Amino acid sequence: MIDSVSLWIVIIGLGIGSFSLRFVFLGLIGDRPIPEWILRHLRYTAVAIIPALVAPLVMMPTATDGEFDIPRFLAAAVALLVGYFTKNVIWSMVAGGLTLYPLLYLLG
Amino acid sequence: MKRGYPFFLVVLPFALLFGVVGTEAGLNLFDVLAFSVVVVAGAAQFTAVQLLSENIPTVIALLSSLAVNLRFAMYSASLTPYLGDAPLWKRAAVAYLLIDQAFAVSATEFEKQTEWTTNDRLAFFFGAVLVIVPFWFVGTLVGALVGSAIPPEFALDFALPICVLAMIGPALRTLAHIGAALTASVMSIVLVGMPHSLGILSAGILAMIVGAEIERRMKRGQA
Repeated sequence: MIDSVSLWIVIIGLGIGSFSLRFVFLGLIGDRPIPEWILRHLRYTAVAIIPALVAPLVMMPTATDGEFDIPRFLAAAVALLVGYFTKNVIWSMVAGGLTLYPLLYLLG
Repeated sequence: MKRGYPFFLVVLPFALLFGVVGTEAGLNLFDVLAFSVVVVAGAAQFTAVQLLSENIPTVIALLSSLAVNLRFAMYSASLTPYLGDAPLWKRAAVAYLLIDQAFAVSATEFEKQTEWTTNDRLAFFFGAVLVIVPFWFVGTLVGALVGSAIPPEFALDFALPICVLAMIGPALRTLAHIGAALTASVMSIVLVGMPHSLGILSAGILAMIVGAEIERRMKRGQA
């Protein structure tokens, strides 16, 4: 269960933080140039932080108490590969779901 | 405005899933909707809900989710040359609504339409978000309503990993992106024992450095 004080600290903090990140150049810095090395690192935030979040959930799912689980692993692999090759987010989600449920039924 | 249309198709399922995942984690309707209205950033919201349900210090949950949104600073920087002379309140409104899809569609269009004034660009931007952002709010609410009715056998614990992996696949455009994603995955598993899930943030930062370094070397190779 999520503690409601933590929840609201995160909602409000994340709201203010996200707005500040979106506003920082548009609102405050104007058209002063940004050093190229900063932009270069910012380009990789999404593809760095999200896999770091997901990898442990895929290899050690909370639902199985951290035991490696074949249906979940294959569903994740299929979602990633379909997304990579089709460049289509929706197909990727559908493919992941269609892999997970039959395998959970067969192996679970 | 038309260019925003295809994007609500992408936003809607994520919004629904966020509603479902949020209620599964024990949030009520108001909490889930507040998340979407206050934060307006899918991937960071998913990250926050996941980390909040893991019993780690609030500050670390906040920092790790905020790290997902560092890319917004880059969006803000790229739009500044086009919108920098608009009134402050309009720039603030743009900032609040600056989601991935709105940025993608605006940045490419501003580059093409060289004769546009700042007002034309603002009209285009707000037109685009008008057909995207309401779907994010409404979808979240519908997802939360539906989510509380779905029984646990449906393995919704895994909706979140599949959902965010679906965003990552298409984002792996270059070797540098792949290198960053691979580093992040391997390091976060290696560092899984770090207290308070700090392994996620550490692996993520390390992966950003790896991505940027690969990009730098590849550019030097071409030159």
